[in-house]
Amino acid sequence: MSGVIGSSVKRREDPALITGKGSYTDDLKVAGMVHAAIVRSPYAHARVTEIDTEAARAMPGVLAVFTGKDLVKGKAGGVVPTGWLLPDIKTPAHPLLATETVRYVGDGVAVVVATDRYLARDAADAVVVEFDPLDAVTDPLAATAADAPQLHDDAPSNTSFDWELGDSSKTDAAFAAAARTARVELRNNRLIPHAIEPRAALADYNAATGNLTLHMTTQNPHLQRLLMTLASMGMPEHKIRVVAPEVGGGFGSKIHHYPDEAIASWCSIQLGRPVKWVATRSEANQTDAHGRDHVSIAEIALDDDHKIIGLRVQTWAAMGAYLSTFAPAVPTYLYGTLLSGQYDIPAIHVHVLGTFTNTAPVDAYRGAGRPEATFVVERLLDAAADVCGLDPAEIRRHNFVQPDQFPYPTQVALEYDSGNYEPALDKALDLAGYKALRTEQAARRDDASKPLLGIGLSSYIEACGLAPSQVVGSLGAQAGLWESARVRVHPTGSVSIFTGASSHGQGHHTTFSQIVADKLDIDVEQVEVIQGDTDKVQFGMGTYGSRSLAVGGSALVKSLEKVIAKGRKIAAHMLEAAEDDVVFEKGAYRVAGAPARKKTWGEVVLMAYLAHDMPEGIEPGLEESTFYDPSNFVYPFGTHIAVVEIDRDTGEVTLDRYIAVDDCGNLINPMIVSGQVHGGIAQGVGQALWEEGVYDESGQLVTATLLDYALPRAHRLPSFETAHTITPCPHNPLGVKGIGEAGAIASPAAVTNAVVDALSHLGVKHLDMPLTPERVWRAMANASAQGDA
Amino acid sequence: MGRTIRVEVNGKTHECEVEPRTLLVHFLREELELTGTNVGCETSLCGACTVLIDGESVRACTQLAVQADGCSITTIEGLGSEHDLHPLQQGFWDEHGLQCGYCTPGMIMAAADLLGQNADPSEAEIRTALKGNVCRCTGYHNIVRAVQSAAKRMAGAAS
Repeated sequence: MSGVIGSSVKRREDPALITGKGSYTDDLKVAGMVHAAIVRSPYAHARVTEIDTEAARAMPGVLAVFTGKDLVKGKAGGVVPTGWLLPDIKTPAHPLLATETVRYVGDGVAVVVATDRYLARDAADAVVVEFDPLDAVTDPLAATAADAPQLHDDAPSNTSFDWELGDSSKTDAAFAAAARTARVELRNNRLIPHAIEPRAALADYNAATGNLTLHMTTQNPHLQRLLMTLASMGMPEHKIRVVAPEVGGGFGSKIHHYPDEAIASWCSIQLGRPVKWVATRSEANQTDAHGRDHVSIAEIALDDDHKIIGLRVQTWAAMGAYLSTFAPAVPTYLYGTLLSGQYDIPAIHVHVLGTFTNTAPVDAYRGAGRPEATFVVERLLDAAADVCGLDPAEIRRHNFVQPDQFPYPTQVALEYDSGNYEPALDKALDLAGYKALRTEQAARRDDASKPLLGIGLSSYIEACGLAPSQVVGSLGAQAGLWESARVRVHPTGSVSIFTGASSHGQGHHTTFSQIVADKLDIDVEQVEVIQGDTDKVQFGMGTYGSRSLAVGGSALVKSLEKVIAKGRKIAAHMLEAAEDDVVFEKGAYRVAGAPARKKTWGEVVLMAYLAHDMPEGIEPGLEESTFYDPSNFVYPFGTHIAVVEIDRDTGEVTLDRYIAVDDCGNLINPMIVSGQVHGGIAQGVGQALWEEGVYDESGQLVTATLLDYALPRAHRLPSFETAHTITPCPHNPLGVKGIGEAGAIASPAAVTNAVVDALSHLGVKHLDMPLTPERVWRAMANASAQGDA
Repeated sequence: MGRTIRVEVNGKTHECEVEPRTLLVHFLREELELTGTNVGCETSLCGACTVLIDGESVRACTQLAVQADGCSITTIEGLGSEHDLHPLQQGFWDEHGLQCGYCTPGMIMAAADLLGQNADPSEAEIRTALKGNVCRCTGYHNIVRAVQSAAKRMAGAAS
């Protein structure tokens, strides 16, 4: 069906999900299945002096209790590695279960297996662990203090890496020559991902075949299998099958290789029975890799003409207790490289210390480094507007990289391939009714009966579609980041595609079907999308980093082109025409200039399998695959505008309107694109206004349940106003860019800028997220106290 | 020691022996194999496990199965089927009201309770009624439209 690209086809995955027939990991039930529960540390930092499992072993239904020492003795259970190495990085060992020292609340010390989940939980509570508590440190900056508790002997000053990018002397010179400078000291608050489906695993080892089948909640099954082979299990890859059934959201948290799924697998091997493990919500909050948690000092330098001439950032980024799978990449190559934003900045320098803290590991969470960078840049732009006396929209416009500057090499290692920033800004201003809002804001300030009004802009850019393998390899990645697609045309003309991308809510089944239907001119219903199973699908890298369409979709197009090309050879032979004279259009191969001479798609496909009369040298069958490695990242951009009201008495912030203009290139399914934008906005608004993963001084996680961790809820959000500009990506065949993370990248800065804008007449220059009523009220109260003095 | 309970689930009567501490959601999922109802937080705070008990929405994760003795329960599987979708199921499909789908059954059951009480809710009323159900994917934007679409369809069917 040509024309199906670009239309809002209803999602093909939905009939199962809206009728309760979607099958998530915890829905699976197999004969002989037993349940694992993990005993976790209640201390942030402690020596484990004794583990008494006797009482637990004696309880009804208990099959086994294992400690970290049992895992070490049992050979399986090595270390969980990190998959991204920076120069001189410290990578302390991360055992599946702690044997001597626990380093965060939730660190596992033992596992219980029992015949039902309630009995397993009971027995886990009966395992007696003696701890000798140690001092803890949870703040990424405090962790570097000389007297801070040390987490790992092999990481002095709790420092995992000390990384910099950009030209420090050039940047210092820019600051020395500046007409004006502005500075913001900020925290980027720790977030807990909260996929609504907690992590889960069902491990089933068959001792007779030696094969392990692991169903699990993952965004990247092949990578999980690879890491199980290389590290946590030591089993060869061909004896492991990892399957991702329906996965209930991930947002990054289901990329990483955690101990728990490997522990369940090891238990299944020991017991010869299928073992299921499902995290409780509190376990999820304690052990899912968290996001963000930066402390930064950021400065911007401007010349007389309000042009940015320098940008300088120092950041302390929490790594948590151990390095998670991609953790070192997040505050470095996914952060420092984005500090030019949409702006033409001639000198940039960034210095990042990644530090160990007695907290859950921190790793990629929706946006991963890019929201943190956008927050720094867009807060600085507002600070710069303030010192220059310019409107926030105008200082942005004044400093944008111009259309004729592309491809634009930044001072922080990226080359922006394309962009056109001003139309997106103008469209957002127009949709918002910006001038009228400014008039209304001024009127409100003089009318104490009305809430204060704030308007915040965020002109973001992201590098996504992760990523060119050679580039990421040179930067420390221990994996390639290409993507694969296999197209299998069946003898009767319908198609199965096998993608290495792994949808967990993004609607790949629909979007990828649309691409196939469009290119082959068949119905969407003639296409099946197969993913998430290492036994069915060739190696693939999975879904994260807004990469599935830009990289996985490109791989699919390449395979479709190969299929069409082979079909053309067969058709030309059938038509007794020269191959160059045959074109594929409207569902048939036709002789150019004589379109009545044709062979339909069905006739050609059938011939490929009958093989009764094939052109010389052409094999039977019609199946092609591609491993597509992009030549560059893709660079979506846009401008978002938040409009907030602030209650003068309570400090409560209400998000009144949210306008998002995004440029993600060509749209395959506009409905799905909008859905991705909406969800990203909500997560970023959550960061700005409500969400924070909080540890107290002793390292207790005080936001371990949804009572204490405030997620965005329906009544706190408005409907969103979304629009697009379209600047196609010049280097991939669909002209597409990622959109999964854009909302979460832009919105924390937009909302924070709006709140600071609302209070700017009181002299408020910056507030840290989350912008709780207390924090806003205190800022207003302090301002008015100073005003009175 | 097990206790015998008699419940009607999706129009079918079941008499089962359950452990007194068995949560209703585990009874539905594991005994009756109705796995459409999901568990997200075990503390009534996310709403993924919402079912209707005697027509009212209830969190099945913090209710014991024995408390449902004598009750009539509707789960997502009983609301409609792929061949005969309930207007809410149709609305969620038409309006892209779901992404990963994990919160969706609970969200739909909570919306069913709302539309049972208020056939023509405003956007604010929909948002308030669904504030106990967390969706991490959609930002709720299209969920609101899904419920509005269902309300319209149901009003059309009734008139």
